[in-house]
Amino acid sequence: MKGIKILERILIVIPTMLAIAILVFVLMRMMPGDPVDKMMGESGNVSIEEIQALEKEFHLDLPLFEQLKIFITGIFHGDLGVSFQERKPVWNIIIERLPATIELALGALIFSLIVAIPIGVISAVKQNSLIDRLGMAFAFLGISAPAFWLGIVLIIIFAVNLNILPVYGRSIFAYKPVHITGMYVLDSILSRNWLALKDSLRHLILPSISLGAAQAAVITRILRSSMLEVLRADYVTLARTKGLSEYIVITRHALRNALIPTVTVIGLQIGMLLGGNMIIETIFGWPGLGRLVVTSIFSRDFPVIQGAVMLYALIYVTANLIVDILYTYLNPRTTL
Amino acid sequence: MAELYITKKNSSKIIKYNKGKMFWESIKHFLKELIQCRTAFLGAIIVLSFILIAIFATFIAPHDPLKANIINRLRPPFWIDGGSITYLLGADEIGRDILSRIIYGSRISILVGLVTVGISGFIGTLLGSFAGYYRGRFDAILSRFADLLLSFPYLIFAIFLMSIVGPGFFNLIVILCFKSWVNFFRLSRGEMISEKTKEYVEAAQALGVSDIKIIFKEILPNIIHSILVLATLRVGYFIILEASLSFLGLGIQPPTPAWGSMINAGRAYMLSSWWVSTIPGIALLILVLSINLLGEGLRDILDPRLKLE
Repeated sequence: MKGIKILERILIVIPTMLAIAILVFVLMRMMPGDPVDKMMGESGNVSIEEIQALEKEFHLDLPLFEQLKIFITGIFHGDLGVSFQERKPVWNIIIERLPATIELALGALIFSLIVAIPIGVISAVKQNSLIDRLGMAFAFLGISAPAFWLGIVLIIIFAVNLNILPVYGRSIFAYKPVHITGMYVLDSILSRNWLALKDSLRHLILPSISLGAAQAAVITRILRSSMLEVLRADYVTLARTKGLSEYIVITRHALRNALIPTVTVIGLQIGMLLGGNMIIETIFGWPGLGRLVVTSIFSRDFPVIQGAVMLYALIYVTANLIVDILYTYLNPRTTL
Repeated sequence: MAELYITKKNSSKIIKYNKGKMFWESIKHFLKELIQCRTAFLGAIIVLSFILIAIFATFIAPHDPLKANIINRLRPPFWIDGGSITYLLGADEIGRDILSRIIYGSRISILVGLVTVGISGFIGTLLGSFAGYYRGRFDAILSRFADLLLSFPYLIFAIFLMSIVGPGFFNLIVILCFKSWVNFFRLSRGEMISEKTKEYVEAAQALGVSDIKIIFKEILPNIIHSILVLATLRVGYFIILEASLSFLGLGIQPPTPAWGSMINAGRAYMLSSWWVSTIPGIALLILVLSINLLGEGLRDILDPRLKLE
């Protein structure tokens, strides 16, 4: 019974993605502003022939339904069209920028975990102590501070005034590592390029903190409340009476179980990480997917918008699906 | 002792008197608990102050927020060399007083937060209650639609729609509500489904009370607590979202003072005049922080009371 429901959920992804594709397509065509005009740099100095040639090239002269058909059939062949602005296939543009976004999201996730897990656990173990109160205060600040403001403040403090960390971009060109995965930190480790590692880490820190602060706050609170629940459970008391050291009781028995709801929350946060990327990428000049979406919305670059939004939606839907499925196994009371 | 002499004439008056008294008692009880919970009280005071500042902005603000004064360009706040008391928190890139702009900007932020949560909360709760009570096809369709709406990361969706309909306060509210009703929908639907299994609902149904009366008079008062908590917490979220959209230039347009666009305008001067970006953000931080404190406090006050009741 459950298996069938899971299969149902997985299969529903396809019509959902189709619906999203159509939605994106329609919404974009409704935007004011002519893409051909933007392509020509809005100079207004173009001849009719050039406009017509461009329209033909990008199928903009066909009726809407035909354009939609081209787009949808293209998806199934892996062809997402060609960018209006850059004349490159959309797929290539996205693949170029995807590792940057993934690296940023991973950086934020790792930062938030490094901060949230110790604070969450200690706050729960020493409830109502000074550490607990400080931890909760920090968590509140994290959710209340807007990420983009935090990014600007961090830049002002660390880059401008103290001059320790760089302001912009992913790396200084001279130190760019060999392209293996596209993620600079990983590539520098894999190619043992320690200078590049140091450089790319320095560029990664501030954006990760800005993006991960809100994450860290949420994870801290969830972890703390589930740890509190778990620490009152019988099996923890049993472990203590068995004579196990407090450290083992906390880490191997309590923490493991407390992590279950936390992991599901983290899964849901992945969507937020992707959504919040855009502003952080804009502030830090990070050449990722989010910034691509923003600039292409402003320049009415339809194929890029379509491709990028479809990708975002796919990742989001998949993450939610995995979390939902996991959750039914972990908490038998919830149904799909 | 007067109850012994209840006649048909004054029985309804007595019942109304008692109901009215109970209402005020519960409000007094709530306020007492609010004062006792220190963090929630602090949050409530700060939020109230912001609301008052927003309402009386014209009387409080020292300068006209829209008046540009090039001589004053990028004047620092008063504690830094070059600042003056007349421009307490400094001036922005065309010389407008930052303090006044923050005061007027609070109107936008608070209005957006309250109106969005009010409208989407109302619609979402209504739809969710009916969906949870009746289930069936209505529920299935709405839930699918809600899931579909959720498959977009919020910011992209908002940027998209704002690019289409254009900036402006009304459009902003509509677009924010477009997605936010889903949270209230889900919450009220879930609560309704679980409440429906309880005995008092069965009793009411057996008594022949109509469905709509059951939903509004029996179940809704019990689930309103969690909805209120969710609403309070979402207000802060929407204030930040509005600031993010204004930051990208898609929300409230300049020269109307809005905290997000003020932060964005200051980006170009990060290296020299940090206060243009930082100070509006601090105001934002304090407002959202106090709203969240209030929401957390509300959760603590309302929840254990439920268990005791």
